[in-house]
Amino acid sequence: MESLKLILLVLLIFCAICVNLTGNLLQAVVIFLSYSMLMCIVWVILESPDLGITEAAVGSGVSGILFLLTLRKIHAEDAGDTSMSAAEPDETAQSGGGR
Amino acid sequence: MKDLFVRWLNGDLDVMDWFAQGQEGYDEPREAFKARKKELNHQIDVSEHTSELKAVTRKSFGLAYQAVAVVSCILLIGVLLYTVANLPYFGRENPRAVEVVQRYVEEGLKETGAVNIVSGMILDYRAFDTLGESHVLFTALICVLVLLRKDKKNMQSLYEDYYSITLDHYYDISGDSILHRVGMILIPSILLFGIYVILNGQNSPGGGFSGGAVMGAGLIMTAAAYGFDHVDRFFTLRFFERTTFIALTFYSFAKGYVFFMGANGLESHIPKGTPGAVLSGGLILPLDIAVGFVVMCTMFGFYSLFRRGSIGGD
Repeated sequence: MESLKLILLVLLIFCAICVNLTGNLLQAVVIFLSYSMLMCIVWVILESPDLGITEAAVGSGVSGILFLLTLRKIHAEDAGDTSMSAAEPDETAQSGGGR
Repeated sequence: MKDLFVRWLNGDLDVMDWFAQGQEGYDEPREAFKARKKELNHQIDVSEHTSELKAVTRKSFGLAYQAVAVVSCILLIGVLLYTVANLPYFGRENPRAVEVVQRYVEEGLKETGAVNIVSGMILDYRAFDTLGESHVLFTALICVLVLLRKDKKNMQSLYEDYYSITLDHYYDISGDSILHRVGMILIPSILLFGIYVILNGQNSPGGGFSGGAVMGAGLIMTAAAYGFDHVDRFFTLRFFERTTFIALTFYSFAKGYVFFMGANGLESHIPKGTPGAVLSGGLILPLDIAVGFVVMCTMFGFYSLFRRGSIGGD
């Protein structure tokens, strides 16, 4: 149990750092959702299943959908990766136009 | 004066116009102004002077900016770690908060009738906190409604509209057969689980907020898998307005009655029921249902407004 707790907490910190480091917005959203899922398990281990249910439904369910919809609203589903778009501007323009 | 006020209320009159009058470029049509501004911005972007200025700025301010960012980050981390170090150890007695916790744990079941002491706390002792939370959600949805709702005053240009409709069609997954099959199994279970969580809020973990969020997620999945038509049959704007209004009003009045009439051991004429049964815990069950409805409507309202800019397709 102790080792499981340790693994979960280390993964939480890892996820939290990865959200900041990734350049792709879609990837950031997915990592954030996995953070919420881990947090949900941590809540259950901390003996607060009330928060666990809420975290699972809101944190990794509804808020993820809202993030994805916002990305679509600002037309940034595949944007944000600065290294890619700077290197191949033609390709990104084409893929954007194709949609 | 009244006429002006009515025009302002309807959004036809912009007060800032009075201040902007006489300035250059004010009188020209909006589209022309936009185009001119775009051209001007483009000229500024490509001119040599700008790149020079950018280079100088990066050189002189870049280092200072990074230093400030690092220092503020370290400061924040330090403050947070210091606060955490001063917290009581997990699971150990905290002498400062132990009185009220002891009261809740020892007398909670008798005073509230709820087996789940957390529900007893948030919906009986601290019920006004939960009322505030529900109102925060409601206010957030109203803000999203004001910002994202598409009506006569908030239409996009024809091109943007066409673009978004095409995009919507491209991303519409409601005809997918895998999604249909999975939804057939999952959606009833999700909705039933949500109802179970709401109704058993006083006996098992969960309650209005969690159950409402689960039910909202189930509705969102229905709309995503089968299209909005299925949900629109009952989830119209009128349904949304009435449900939230009735739920919030019922919550306020019921809790107000208990706080003023039933506090400090006065008789409030609300039966507590047998602890452990579904109909127990006094007002906790109805309040759970009210909160659940508000949260469900809010969650689905968010999705609906973000997705197509209206609730109930009107």
